[in-house]
Amino acid sequence: MSYDYDKWIRPGKLPHIWCPGCGHGIVMKGLIRALDICGLEKNNTAIVSGIGCASRLPGYIDACTLHTAHGRAAAFATGVKMAKPEMTVICCGGDGDGTAIGGNHFIHACRRNIDMTYVLMNNHIYGMTGGQFSPCTPTGAKASTTPYGNPDPIFDISKLAIGAGATFVARTTAFHATQIDKLIAEGIKHKGMAVIEVVDDCPTTYGRRNKFRSVVDMMKVLKDTAVPVVAAAKMTAEQLEGKILTGVLYQENKPEYCEQYAKVIAKAKGA
Amino acid sequence: MSSAKIEVIEKYCKGCAICAEFCPKQVLEMDAFVVTVARPQDCIACMQCELRCPDFAIKVHKG
Repeated sequence: MSYDYDKWIRPGKLPHIWCPGCGHGIVMKGLIRALDICGLEKNNTAIVSGIGCASRLPGYIDACTLHTAHGRAAAFATGVKMAKPEMTVICCGGDGDGTAIGGNHFIHACRRNIDMTYVLMNNHIYGMTGGQFSPCTPTGAKASTTPYGNPDPIFDISKLAIGAGATFVARTTAFHATQIDKLIAEGIKHKGMAVIEVVDDCPTTYGRRNKFRSVVDMMKVLKDTAVPVVAAAKMTAEQLEGKILTGVLYQENKPEYCEQYAKVIAKAKGA
Repeated sequence: MSSAKIEVIEKYCKGCAICAEFCPKQVLEMDAFVVTVARPQDCIACMQCELRCPDFAIKVHKG
């Protein structure tokens, strides 16, 4: 039976603003399925975003949503979670919003291991502001501000999150639609900071500058470059060159921030 | 003969062609930047088109 997305979508909001073939729509569908898998209620679910194409996502979802300043999704979400620890808090954002402008907030949310899920849509570019290069634009790729090719090395978002202290880190791509909901649901159920990196496509500002003839070409690249972590363990470094590892990359249990903070409150009250 | 029915919400379709390209049975075709169900009898209800449509424009109803 077809999936009923309508119950999680604000009436009259579709069609969305994203360009034809933009992977953010696929991620939004995955997120909605994950909300259902976890059996969440609208009044007890907060979806927080910053600024950018990906950050338009909460505007379509019928739950408690917050559209905040550029890069500050993690900061606002931390505030929501601290004030209402019983709420499920989910952050949405792009690679520029999350790892450049909001890089500081992102790594410190990871360090604190606060119980939230960060869905980071990595489309390799600042899409909404005009195609400027982001920390995830591949070396040599063209953007509006790097017309001769980007000289910078990239951030590996998942490694950054693991290094900063996130306790659940997973990666998938927009092509692998069924994996998106499974990983986001696992992240929501995980007690602590979960980072789900979804590698997707920006046909308008990235694809057309980098010799992708169509959206379908970009999707085929996602399909061909993704390698599950289990399969990657049996492959050589040469075979893994240029590939994207998908699946759960890291998981551990550590003390969660809101619980630790509750202990501080109890101590201060002399309990 | 397939009992699945594919519903296309044309006002949502932006013509990206992801559904038509990745349909394993070539059921869908693009016509003037809108997807059309060209061979509904071949549909195996694998749901790939519905899952990958970024625009909420395809619903597959299993019979």
